[in-house]
Amino acid sequence: MKEISDLNLPDDVKYTESHEWAKIFDGIVTIGLNDYAQDQLGEIVFVELPEKGDTFSKGDEFGSVESVKAVSEIYIPISGEIVEINEDLEDAPELVNESCYENGWLVKIQPDDVSQLDDLFDKTAYFDTLKG
Amino acid sequence: MNKQPGTSGLIFNEPLLWDKSREGRCAVSLPKPDVERADLEKDLIGDAPELPQLSELDVVRHYTRLSQWNFGVDSGMYPLGSCTMKYNPKTNEVQAARQGFAGAHPFAGEEFSQGALKLMYNLEQYLAKLTGFDAVTLQPAAGAHGELAGMLMIHAYHAKMGKQRSKIIIPDTAHGTNPASASLCGYDSINIKSGDNGILEPLAVAAVMDEETAGIMVTNPNTLGLFESNIKEIADIVHSKGGLVYGDGANMNAIMGIVKPGEIGVDVLHFNLHKTFSTPHGGGGPGSGPVAVGKTLEPFLPVPRIVKELDSYKLVTDFSDTMGRLHTFYGHFGVMIRAYAYILSMGGKGLTDASKLAVLNANYVKESLKGTLNLPYDYPCMHECVFNDEFQKEYHITTMDMAKRLLDYGFHPPTVYFPLVVDSAFMVEPTETESKEDIDQFISAVKAIAKEAQENPEKLKKAPHKTKVTRLDEVAAARKPCLRG
Amino acid sequence: MRYLPHTKEDIESMLKVAGQSCLDDLFNCIPDDLKTKDSLDIPESLSEWELNAHMEELASLNIACKDYKCFIGAGSYDHYIPAIIPYLISRSEFMTAYTPYQPEVSQGTLQGIYEFQTMITELLGMDIATASHYDCGTALAEAALIALRKNKNANKIAVSSLTHPSHRQIIDTYISPAGYEIVEIPYTKEGLTDVGALGAMDDIAGIAVQSPNFFGNIEDLSSFKTVAEAKKILFIASFTEALAFGLLKNPGSFGADLVAGEGQSLGIAKSFGGPGLGLLAGTQKLMRSLPGRLIGKTKDANGDDGFVLTLATREQHIRREKASSNICSNNGLNAMTAAVYLATVGKIGIREIAQQNHDKAVYLKTSLEKAGFESVFETPFFNEFVMKAPVSFEQKRTALINDKCIFAGMRLDKFYPGLKNHYLFCATEKISKGDIDQLAKEVQE
Repeated sequence: MKEISDLNLPDDVKYTESHEWAKIFDGIVTIGLNDYAQDQLGEIVFVELPEKGDTFSKGDEFGSVESVKAVSEIYIPISGEIVEINEDLEDAPELVNESCYENGWLVKIQPDDVSQLDDLFDKTAYFDTLKG
Repeated sequence: MNKQPGTSGLIFNEPLLWDKSREGRCAVSLPKPDVERADLEKDLIGDAPELPQLSELDVVRHYTRLSQWNFGVDSGMYPLGSCTMKYNPKTNEVQAARQGFAGAHPFAGEEFSQGALKLMYNLEQYLAKLTGFDAVTLQPAAGAHGELAGMLMIHAYHAKMGKQRSKIIIPDTAHGTNPASASLCGYDSINIKSGDNGILEPLAVAAVMDEETAGIMVTNPNTLGLFESNIKEIADIVHSKGGLVYGDGANMNAIMGIVKPGEIGVDVLHFNLHKTFSTPHGGGGPGSGPVAVGKTLEPFLPVPRIVKELDSYKLVTDFSDTMGRLHTFYGHFGVMIRAYAYILSMGGKGLTDASKLAVLNANYVKESLKGTLNLPYDYPCMHECVFNDEFQKEYHITTMDMAKRLLDYGFHPPTVYFPLVVDSAFMVEPTETESKEDIDQFISAVKAIAKEAQENPEKLKKAPHKTKVTRLDEVAAARKPCLRG
Repeated sequence: MRYLPHTKEDIESMLKVAGQSCLDDLFNCIPDDLKTKDSLDIPESLSEWELNAHMEELASLNIACKDYKCFIGAGSYDHYIPAIIPYLISRSEFMTAYTPYQPEVSQGTLQGIYEFQTMITELLGMDIATASHYDCGTALAEAALIALRKNKNANKIAVSSLTHPSHRQIIDTYISPAGYEIVEIPYTKEGLTDVGALGAMDDIAGIAVQSPNFFGNIEDLSSFKTVAEAKKILFIASFTEALAFGLLKNPGSFGADLVAGEGQSLGIAKSFGGPGLGLLAGTQKLMRSLPGRLIGKTKDANGDDGFVLTLATREQHIRREKASSNICSNNGLNAMTAAVYLATVGKIGIREIAQQNHDKAVYLKTSLEKAGFESVFETPFFNEFVMKAPVSFEQKRTALINDKCIFAGMRLDKFYPGLKNHYLFCATEKISKGDIDQLAKEVQE
């Protein structure tokens, strides 16, 4: 497993305590698992995602990620409606390991209230929680 | 020191059944039709299933070769913690195969099934006496099924008391089946941590026990191999709030004739006949999970129950508070026969001796290996002891590496990565049927492996070397499941 | 005691290592007031020959002598078990192994169960079969739970009243604590589940129908699939006689989403009802909802084929309270037995055995009619059927068991109180024409 200092934590996304990331573009928020989470889970074998049109409130469990011998729930960082899911993950869950900020994104959500993003951690604050 | 049992020998390759299949072969003797063919309507008939077509020798050789790729208790020491892999006596197989038992039809009628019913009644009595309870059901088909039966009785009890509860307390040392069984009854699991000494603290239980909590599930001895010595106090706390105590009896092998759970505050307890009572595990089952209860829960036992009237035995379903039925017939009778034969062969004293020697063997392993492997909870243990790979970390050797290397030495590895309270656990349960020489060989194998971890760690990382296959790609298996040929 | 290897010297030297002076001291960690004061009230040990005598005495109290004639099925069938089956299955490498947690030394069990899964999917026409369950009743209860979890808006499961009576009770036991309900679908005068009754049922998450049903009659499963599809709920098919699918169309061909069945007919002794073999199969779509173990094919580090337990994240040891089931031990050795049986009979054998079961059952029915019994349903059946007997029959039936070891049918009024004097009969390939002729003569009015 990686040392904390080796983690890839981009500056342009927001982070949650439960290790998801969120990034807004054109009013739509893309959500994924960050490098720390994918590294801790190890080789991911299955990603369970919600369906398009499902709605969630901030902090709700919206799916799970499985390695061979563990399951981790994933939590939504912002309230809203799912507008797209990453269908590539069905056949290639390893994308979460290989490219967690790009090809391995999980869902896209139409947020109810964009300002909820402000409550999330920036890179430095998230980094501090890991060191905590 | 004697030579280790592990070696490489002649092992045969063998393809999948259908790769051997040849059109027209058949390995069964077909009786000549002696009545007229009766044709069903065409639209009811399907194509014959595409089963393999083999000769009798093809079948015999196929399964003989497959069997040789397996490790069983008869092959060597199998110290799989929490599974009690003791010797499975062969006379038990002879008893179960008797025509009067194996050929008995479950709906033959009570009058014509007195032998089976008497055996079951006697077995219930012995299990009750062994544990200090009032009544037993043999119906659950496995340990987890017994747990479910126990939880359903607790659920039925609270319903009868007029107020259903919503939670159940489960310690962090519990088997995974405990929370899964509880949630089938709609109970939320309230997890509590065991104390620094590896056992439950009454205060921790008191802090969460309330009148919304149905009870607690306790494994005693627990999965660290430690006796829960506060059990009576804990039971008092739970009872004082109207809850009940569920005992997971998976580890009964440590305390036969020493402790009777029914006398120390436990309300309901399940057994694993395929652990404590020597019935073979068959590569996954069938097991049998009888459940014993005290007076409080007796009315809620599953039906049918076996009732003795004068000298005859009846199956009675007429109990208004029963939790219901759990098995199509009466449970795994074939497994009960074996356990019954075991109890009779051992006798009361023999069972007590078995527990004492099981505990002796575990303590002997614990003391012999504690400098070699890290022992997170260094207390006198019961039937098993739990180490981990802390000492091997500096060589980047894990519990899994050591487990795989043990295969080369001719031993089945212990249970690994369970219980979860110990990081990278290595859980050894030798059982009483292993001799000192075999245990000494196991100890020396572990010591040799610990030495290899320092001197030749690569050898461990690539282990096993002598088995039919090497480490398997479980990630690929789970990513793209191939579950049929 | 021959199972305990310790000599006096062994015990002494091991105690020394353990730092204790006697065996009882090993239990000092248990407070005295928790230890039992009495010794075990269990008889003294028996020698092996004393045990043999005792067990044979008990076994002989059951009327199940070697040449007895069994005309009863009802979930436990008297089929012939070829000699190679007990011979191969008693190989101790299969019998004395645990669940295959270490695949490198469990390839025998793993390949054997993988082949079992494959042959069961073939027999049932389904995508995926699990590595086994306890029995049909518990497998069916699990299937009902899957349907209820998949359809969160519904609270009930519709189950045919011609599903095995015990299975309906087991479903009720499993689902009612969580607040779910079972509703029974009535049956018609043809002895078939009344598909028309489903229209009026709402709040249901799934439909479960047994075929051949408890009366032995063959159901039209496609009509139930149609209703299930219209209601967007799961269709569950069940069966107690696995050999039926050597001849009949399999449940998969009718679009079953889940199939729960009993595999005892596949080479497993009746053994007073257990252990049998629970079969559970589903469509690919339901793969991750299935409970219990699954074996998958993969490669080892050298690139050779091998087998492992897979998709374990559904199971209790990982998902704990969120697991799809609490099942841990299954009926593995009986699954292996069924695999050996299916490989032994093969494509040719299963068809011929199934056909003979049907032939004998038809001949039995005709013979009983001639002997004064009344046929109750004029509906196609496999190897079981219902007859109404003359009033004097019950007495004769008991005498036949006592005097001749012939079990002539099973009373149905215990399960269906309206069916006085109705009996469920079964004939398998083990029953000869002579046996049937003899029975007909004995019961002749």
